[in-house]
Amino acid sequence: MNRPVLQSPIPSPASAAQAPAAKAGMFAAYDTSDFFCELMRRTDEMPPSLQTVRDRLAGFDLDELRHRTSTAEAQLYRLGITFTVYSDREAIDRILPFDMIPRVLTAAEWDHIDRGVQQRVKALNLFLRDIYHERHVLRDGIIPADLVLNNPNYCEAMVGVRVPGDVYVHINGTDLIRDRSGRFMVLEDNARTPSGVSYVIENRHMMLRLMPDLASGMPLRSVEEYGLKLHQTLCEVAPEGVTDPQVVLFSPGIYNSAYFEHVFLAREMGVPLVEGKDLIVENHRVYMRTVAGLRPVHSIYRRLNDEYLDPLAFNPDSMLGVPGLVEAYRRGNVTLANALGTGVADDKAVYAYMPRLIRYYLGEDPILDSVQTNICAEEEGLAYTLANMDKLVIKPVGESGGYGLLIGSQATQTELDEFRAKLLEDPSNYISQPVIDLSVSPTLCPSGVEARHVDLRPFALTGKNTWVLPGGLSRVALRKGSLVVNSSQGGGSKDTWVMAR
Amino acid sequence: MTQTSARFPAMLANLNTLLSRYGESMMWLARYMERIENLARLLEVTEAFVRNPDGSPGWDSILQINSDEDRYAAIYPLPATEENILAFYITESTNPTSIRAMAHMVRENARSARPLISTEMWMQLNVFTRSMMELSTPDIRRHGLSGLCNRLKQDCQTHFGITEGTLYRDQAWLFYLLGKYLERSDQITRLIDIRYHTLLPSGETSGSQMDITQWGSVLRSAAAYHAFRRLQPVTTTPANVVGFLLKNEGFPRSLMLNLRQVDSTLSALSTHYNLRHQCGPLQERIINMRATLEDQTAEEIISRGLHEYMTYIQDELAALQAEVSATFWPAAPVTVREEISIPQ
Repeated sequence: MNRPVLQSPIPSPASAAQAPAAKAGMFAAYDTSDFFCELMRRTDEMPPSLQTVRDRLAGFDLDELRHRTSTAEAQLYRLGITFTVYSDREAIDRILPFDMIPRVLTAAEWDHIDRGVQQRVKALNLFLRDIYHERHVLRDGIIPADLVLNNPNYCEAMVGVRVPGDVYVHINGTDLIRDRSGRFMVLEDNARTPSGVSYVIENRHMMLRLMPDLASGMPLRSVEEYGLKLHQTLCEVAPEGVTDPQVVLFSPGIYNSAYFEHVFLAREMGVPLVEGKDLIVENHRVYMRTVAGLRPVHSIYRRLNDEYLDPLAFNPDSMLGVPGLVEAYRRGNVTLANALGTGVADDKAVYAYMPRLIRYYLGEDPILDSVQTNICAEEEGLAYTLANMDKLVIKPVGESGGYGLLIGSQATQTELDEFRAKLLEDPSNYISQPVIDLSVSPTLCPSGVEARHVDLRPFALTGKNTWVLPGGLSRVALRKGSLVVNSSQGGGSKDTWVMAR
Repeated sequence: MTQTSARFPAMLANLNTLLSRYGESMMWLARYMERIENLARLLEVTEAFVRNPDGSPGWDSILQINSDEDRYAAIYPLPATEENILAFYITESTNPTSIRAMAHMVRENARSARPLISTEMWMQLNVFTRSMMELSTPDIRRHGLSGLCNRLKQDCQTHFGITEGTLYRDQAWLFYLLGKYLERSDQITRLIDIRYHTLLPSGETSGSQMDITQWGSVLRSAAAYHAFRRLQPVTTTPANVVGFLLKNEGFPRSLMLNLRQVDSTLSALSTHYNLRHQCGPLQERIINMRATLEDQTAEEIISRGLHEYMTYIQDELAALQAEVSATFWPAAPVTVREEISIPQ
């Protein structure tokens, strides 16, 4: 096998400033256009650790990289690290395409993200506690009461219910993007059941197996701790007085497209993966059916949306849920993570108020910027949106996964007209934002190494404290020019390297 | 911040947390893998050795062994042809005893138990079941039936080897073993019952010498040929063959050995996992079955009615399976036992 030659000690700042190797080898034809490149940066501010990665990569042979990529994808398939796509007739197991070129974050960048995410999670939890109890934030006029109380994700069943440690969002995923100057911005919060963390860890394993020559000696922060920390978090928020809590992961079951991740997390935590039929509620307490009879359950990491959890409380047709679960929860006999009703906090309309909510609850300026957001429910926001449709991204507030959005600059006149009609019909269902030129990262493509847009989803766990996994899911839009990174729409992923120094 | 790990030391000590669904999946995973291996051996042996009086391969006997006559007749015309039998047992997804349907069941059970089984087990099952579910008639023609059967046996045996070497020994393992031994017990009685009566249809004396090839094929169907030869180098009589398959203490597929293994598996569940209450009635049933087998010679069993005895064993095994299900994964809502409902 052709191993690339490794001869790249960390260069001195002087040689980094000249950055002579930037366009060498594999990167000879690499063009970032005007976008911020995660690896190339600007030549005058090249952090030494990135320089090393770049120089090593430049020495790789394209065919060798392709060969390793196909090995990686075959392994993912064999390992069953797949998500299931359902067509009319059959279930197809797909892998999330894996790009061998890592996305690298410096220690300073990570410090900024870490603090920013912690701050945001803190504000989200304070906001949720407030709107389900005293509602100061509404009385003080910080956010329109209508937007919160009439939000489809506002959960009446949670009003007045105390949750352990006042933690609502135990597991949070914050979607970050970078603009042309490299500034990080929050694109959205995922405070319901954010997914993808298993790929963070599996991507790292794949990287260490197949690119040892790239990773060797690099000061990478480990992502191994996640399962342990997750279990610890779920123990910390167990109902009061329980000394040895039984934690379970509650999955919709083997037909769910994210079943692999549920298996992965249950195994990493060493707890049972349960389905609805494995749980039963008696006397407002939750039990699981074991071969030795019923055993009490105290903390449930649930990977089902609110509406499927309990046919008695929500959707009566749900076959996935557990009758009586919500009442047991309301009585404090079991903890759900995340709490019920967190969807109101990661709503796209509420997002627009996050900077104000951070200032209100914490008395601090937001550490991470937000994307400027026009709320179409408001007259001013709607007028601006209608006047600038061709320059904006318009999103329905209730959808996730990149569905139903319009990117004005890429739409035809017909599409614009159709969308305008939808928008006028139900303005409060939409928000709009300027197009952010997502940063790019060198990515192996059929015609060579090319620039592709990426985002970043760090994961935060909150029990007694908040801990942010030093890494994150870097999703990459594999189609040239595309800004949509979602796996359901042709996205892939990269290993995310957070440098310790 | 308090030390969480110190606060919750009892978590690892909790032995009785095997989900009922996991127990069920492990049991059926083993049963279906045994069944696939067995069917592969049966198909291969039938093609090569089993003959009708006119010399053609005796495909009908496979239908009888699996009690599949009615199901087959609902899909294909009678009499059975080789082509249709192979389609029925390999690619026919509406037939629950086909390789494809069983591979699907293996896959579902493996997915369900995936949080428990080793990564190595999952990887092999993932690849194996996917390729079996994609099998087509041209594939069978290309590799030949014996090529396919050899591959099936090898994949099943690879599975059993990986499992032996990597699966953590706890209750999940014991339910897996229970499924494996129950399936082997059932398979051996079906094989003996049908083949004995097709070879000796009209009450010919069981002690007489007979067609060595045909009785050899019975032994081969159970992977017993060479072990039997070592033990009985001179005489092959029907009673010897039946006695070996039913009562031999060392042959891994004999009824005797598998009933003993079922018993000891239940004992392990009973004593190591505090399931005495649940296992007691099950063990009683097994002890009775073992007694009927130990108390009779093969000749006695045959003269008193081999078919009746095999039917009795099969009924008892089915009842045992039903009792295992009702005990460990009851379908009806379970009432909370008093000691559990005391508030924490």
